[in-house]
Amino acid sequence: MAEAAARIGRPSREAVANAVLALALLAAPLIALQAGEPYYVNLSTRVAILAMAGVGLNLALGYGGMVSFGHAAFFGLGGYVAGIAAHHAFNYDLFMAWPVELEGTNQLLAIWPVALLVSGLAALLIGAFSLRTAGVQFIMITLAFAQMIYYFAISFPDYGGEDGLPIYTRNALPGLNTFDPLTFFLVAYGALMLAIGFTWVIMGARFGAALQAARMNETRLATTGIAPYPVKLTAFVLSGMITGLAGALFADLNGFVDPSMLSWHRSGEIMIFVILGGVGRLFGPVAGAALFVLMELFIGQWTEHWMLVLGLVLLTVVLFASGGLMGLLAGKPRHD
Amino acid sequence: MTDMASTALLSIRGLSKSFGALKATDDVTLDLRPGEIHALIGPNGAGKSTLIGQVAGWIRPDAGRIELMGRDVTRLPVHRRARMGLGRSFQVSSLALPISARRNVMLAVQARLGSSFRFLRPVRTDRRLRDEADAALARVGLSGRADAQAAELSHGERRQLEVACALALKPSILLLDEPMAGLGPEGSAELTRFLADLKREAAILLVEHDMDAVFALADRVTVLVQGRVLMTGTGAEVRADPAVREAYLGEDG
Repeated sequence: MAEAAARIGRPSREAVANAVLALALLAAPLIALQAGEPYYVNLSTRVAILAMAGVGLNLALGYGGMVSFGHAAFFGLGGYVAGIAAHHAFNYDLFMAWPVELEGTNQLLAIWPVALLVSGLAALLIGAFSLRTAGVQFIMITLAFAQMIYYFAISFPDYGGEDGLPIYTRNALPGLNTFDPLTFFLVAYGALMLAIGFTWVIMGARFGAALQAARMNETRLATTGIAPYPVKLTAFVLSGMITGLAGALFADLNGFVDPSMLSWHRSGEIMIFVILGGVGRLFGPVAGAALFVLMELFIGQWTEHWMLVLGLVLLTVVLFASGGLMGLLAGKPRHD
Repeated sequence: MTDMASTALLSIRGLSKSFGALKATDDVTLDLRPGEIHALIGPNGAGKSTLIGQVAGWIRPDAGRIELMGRDVTRLPVHRRARMGLGRSFQVSSLALPISARRNVMLAVQARLGSSFRFLRPVRTDRRLRDEADAALARVGLSGRADAQAAELSHGERRQLEVACALALKPSILLLDEPMAGLGPEGSAELTRFLADLKREAAILLVEHDMDAVFALADRVTVLVQGRVLMTGTGAEVRADPAVREAYLGEDG
């Protein structure tokens, strides 16, 4: 009882670490602007967006125990939604003429729901098949689906094929100047915080209790009368949607979308954010993506083989700090 | 026959299951009636766990039929049978180890109360889930360990926790697979008293090696040998039967 009271009165170490990470990411672009280094504003935006892709994967991999090696599919589809919408808006032509006429748009308030819908439907389809398997087969089948979409994008010439699709003018939000780097950072940061908040709420609710039990012991879940499959499939769809929205933001940040957003390298990167940061930890992907981008930047300046260092860090984390960066910052996860 | 099937909570008819050349379940027919403890005994490898697995829904029989409360469930998945009021404990306990004992039971309460597709209300402050879980823990004597991780519980405590999870379903049928194993004499005696009380609430199909417990508790006993029902009768009838003594009881006294 005394312990429980202390818990309520004092924020946990993890809550403190989460707050520090959230504030640090918010402060980074502000400090960069003060120091006259606007380049770092876009870099912070990159961290926020990649972290969001990781938050999506973390829902499936970390909380649900579904090791998806195909999340680039959702990331890339989200990106292509933004790219294709902008492409048609720029050319003043139609996306399709039948059965309904659909124009392109550069309005993010229209693009984002479509990105969520498309990546959600893709996740529903991929998940419905993949979740009939488990373990290594699940990893391989998610990879196979993502590679199918990757090769489709490469061989489909209408939207640039291998060369990709430029977004000439950044897509717009009413009342905001999305060209302004700080404004766009705040949009991405807001989306990241929403995704984290969403994860936190649903993982605390009955759905989250069932999903995490599915990860810990599927036999137990079924024995208590809850079917694991629909719970996991729902989580997989939500996971794909979050990563898809991050993809749409990523395309806008770069002003560009190409098939590399769909490649298995990208799936691996998103997985690295999650594992590096701490599997199943709310802010794990933020810590992971931040470290990834910082290493890419600073070690990448010295040598193009910075991935070698990344590999060593990842190896160290996997072997010696199974809780990832969040494990080092906040200790073991606590279940009540 | 039909009359028996209609009053039985659980009725197994002509159930068969083979693994390759091994007939694990061979034309088994038995009933579980309201208010009774029906013990299932037999030497190792007699097919007791395979039979329990088929009743719970993990193993699909090759032939035969399983009815719960008069409804054919032979092809229903595990979770649907659980929702109909079929509670179960495992031979080797199967729990969500990283979470607390209370959270394990809360999961069962959540399943009984309805949908797990609730995305907003935090479970942590859900009094209803918590209170019902605590009540089930209290019944098995685990109140003091509610906050302990399932992984920290002793072997015996994990078995008690499984029973608490099953009780939280408010079951009408319980499948208990060797609940006495690893409990020690004192724990066994306590559980025996508990089950003798519990059968008024839920009929129990009991697989157990502890013969003192079996003969103290069981209203009827079915002896399984090589997948087949050797006989079904009262404890006294089974003990007196020469074929049973030869096939089974003789082996370990």
